[in-house]
Amino acid sequence: MATSKTTDAVAAPVFERSYDTEALAANRRRRRNKARAKKLGLHLILLGLLFVMLYPVIWMVFSSLRPENEIFADLGLIPDTWTLQNYITGWNLFGDKTFGVFFVNSFIICALAIIGNLVACSMAAYAFARLNFRFKWFWFALMLGTIMLPIHAQLIPQYVFFLKIGWVNTILPLVVPKFLATDAFFIFLMVQFMRSLPRELEEAATIDGATYWQRYWRIILPLTMPALATTAVFTFINTYNDFFGQLIYLTEIDKMTVPVALRLFLDPSGGTSSYGGMFAMVLVSIGPVLGFFLASQRLLVRGIATTGFK
Amino acid sequence: MARVSLQNLTKTYAGGYLRAVDGLNVDIADGEFLVLVGPSGCGKSTALRMIAGLEDITDGAVWIGDQFVNDVHPKDRDIAMVFQNYALYPHMSVFDNIAFALQISQMPRSEIDARVREAARILELTDYLKRRPGHLSGGQRQRVAMGRAIVRNPSVFLMDEPLSNLDAKLRVQMRAEIHSLQHRLGVTTIYVTHDQTEAMTMGDRVALLKDGVLQQVDRPTDIYNRPANTFVAAFIGSPTMNLYHAAIDGGPTLKLGSSDIRIPQSVFDARPGLSRYKGKPLIAGIRPEDIGDAATAPQRDPSRELTAKVELFEDLGSDTLVHLGVDAQAAEVRSSDSLDEIKSNDAKGRCIARFTAKSEVAIDQTVTVQLDTERLHFFDAETGEAIWT
Repeated sequence: MATSKTTDAVAAPVFERSYDTEALAANRRRRRNKARAKKLGLHLILLGLLFVMLYPVIWMVFSSLRPENEIFADLGLIPDTWTLQNYITGWNLFGDKTFGVFFVNSFIICALAIIGNLVACSMAAYAFARLNFRFKWFWFALMLGTIMLPIHAQLIPQYVFFLKIGWVNTILPLVVPKFLATDAFFIFLMVQFMRSLPRELEEAATIDGATYWQRYWRIILPLTMPALATTAVFTFINTYNDFFGQLIYLTEIDKMTVPVALRLFLDPSGGTSSYGGMFAMVLVSIGPVLGFFLASQRLLVRGIATTGFK
Repeated sequence: MARVSLQNLTKTYAGGYLRAVDGLNVDIADGEFLVLVGPSGCGKSTALRMIAGLEDITDGAVWIGDQFVNDVHPKDRDIAMVFQNYALYPHMSVFDNIAFALQISQMPRSEIDARVREAARILELTDYLKRRPGHLSGGQRQRVAMGRAIVRNPSVFLMDEPLSNLDAKLRVQMRAEIHSLQHRLGVTTIYVTHDQTEAMTMGDRVALLKDGVLQQVDRPTDIYNRPANTFVAAFIGSPTMNLYHAAIDGGPTLKLGSSDIRIPQSVFDARPGLSRYKGKPLIAGIRPEDIGDAATAPQRDPSRELTAKVELFEDLGSDTLVHLGVDAQAAEVRSSDSLDEIKSNDAKGRCIARFTAKSEVAIDQTVTVQLDTERLHFFDAETGEAIWT
């Protein structure tokens, strides 16, 4: 075949390359040293700031390990005498009940709140993400609007309501609402996540004969796992750390939770306060939340990253 | 197995303003492989989704077998669908993906196991049953999607561009596999694609849609050789058919620009209606493979030759696509509905011819080409409809 292609070879230009390798190496060394010094300085500043912020906690750790009478007498960090007595008195301060009771109470409320949020919020989210019903967008906006409502505005009407139906001094006001999908933030989190799942998956399942419930339970829920994990972690931390709600609804000592019980160590009316015991129990109570957070950190980050909340 | 009948099937959006599918009438015989083809946005996927029950039907009827299924739930239509992105459940193993429908219908475990293994054997997936879809190649995922469809023994397969996510080589392979599988199982299949090669090679019949309107439904050879209008003529075939504004005068000769091409009597015999167009404008079409290099022709015949300048050529090895500049007014097809859209380009028409590899061409060379006048196509210049009777 006669083509009109050009076949003349064009001579590639040859570049003469020469480097002063010594100078280049010296330059590289200088740059590296400069970067290293900069990094070191930055780290020192950050470590300093960290120490300032952590100092109260560190002080508390050491204070829990010194005798009660030394706590405010000696404001230095390192105790003269080391003792575990505060942990023993703190744990056994409440007569026949140990501090363990409060942990059990806290864990029961946390577990129920997590189950409630996972079940109810995911179901509500599925409805908003995939089902069609009348005024869907109105209800969705209303649901999101509740995020903006400050908790203090709801507190008194809620309290009155729970008082009237006789739920005060039970864990019901803290747990039952979670089963009614009241945490709008988590619903929103899951709606966004579910919307990102391909619609074809459900269409395929529909043709395969799956009902709404089967689609939710067998297709959507397993794929929403990262968002569910995020919800579980946040619910645990929020519930475990919730002081206010538990304070107003739980009044009897054997129903109290950890944050409420920690308050009992101090007597605001001028009686005896056990600061040593309180410091010791505060440290013990940090344990579960810290452990839970560390164990689920990876899930948490993945959940937030995949829901577009970056 | 069942026949499927679409009667005046219509889907409108935005309160009737947008007609995605407009009065579609097709009968698909039991065991037939029908391909719905058309440019993107022509309504072919919407039509398929209406048959599946995933989309509400605005008007018309869908019959599957003897059952009127407009209001029947997708699961009760006895269909299986293969999606473009396969829609495999990512958290389930291949086994569970294939077995899902059977598990939902609460079939005994031993039977599920037997059926899934049989499907896996047919599709050569036996070694992958425990894997998750994420650990499979594109072709294997495609096969799992097929497995999910065949395991249920449905009366109808619906496939929505199932090969468009595969690379070119795998697509050719899977095309053959799906075709032979359908042939073996004898299940009525409706297959949506925008790829005319798939349409031509796989379908027993091809239905061509444009803007929701059915243009033609025919066997692939008929749709290729007897296109109903200029749109079909231009859509099917690659490279596309060359279309020109032309006229026939008494000779009988075809006036194509300044060239006169003699039309044999056999063409008039096949198209009685053509004699009415003598002296009137029409659109003449010829496929690239019907334009040959006169230099390599076994027999020269000046009455069906014209000269043209080579603008570009693409050497495909087996043959050469030659882009020629010809002295004729090209008819650009955008729509078959009205004259406005059968627009003319500039007077210098382009033409693509398929020369055999023996031809020698160079850019800017003037060549003489020979037309296979028996295979000319003629269309009404106003409506774009093919001229037959």
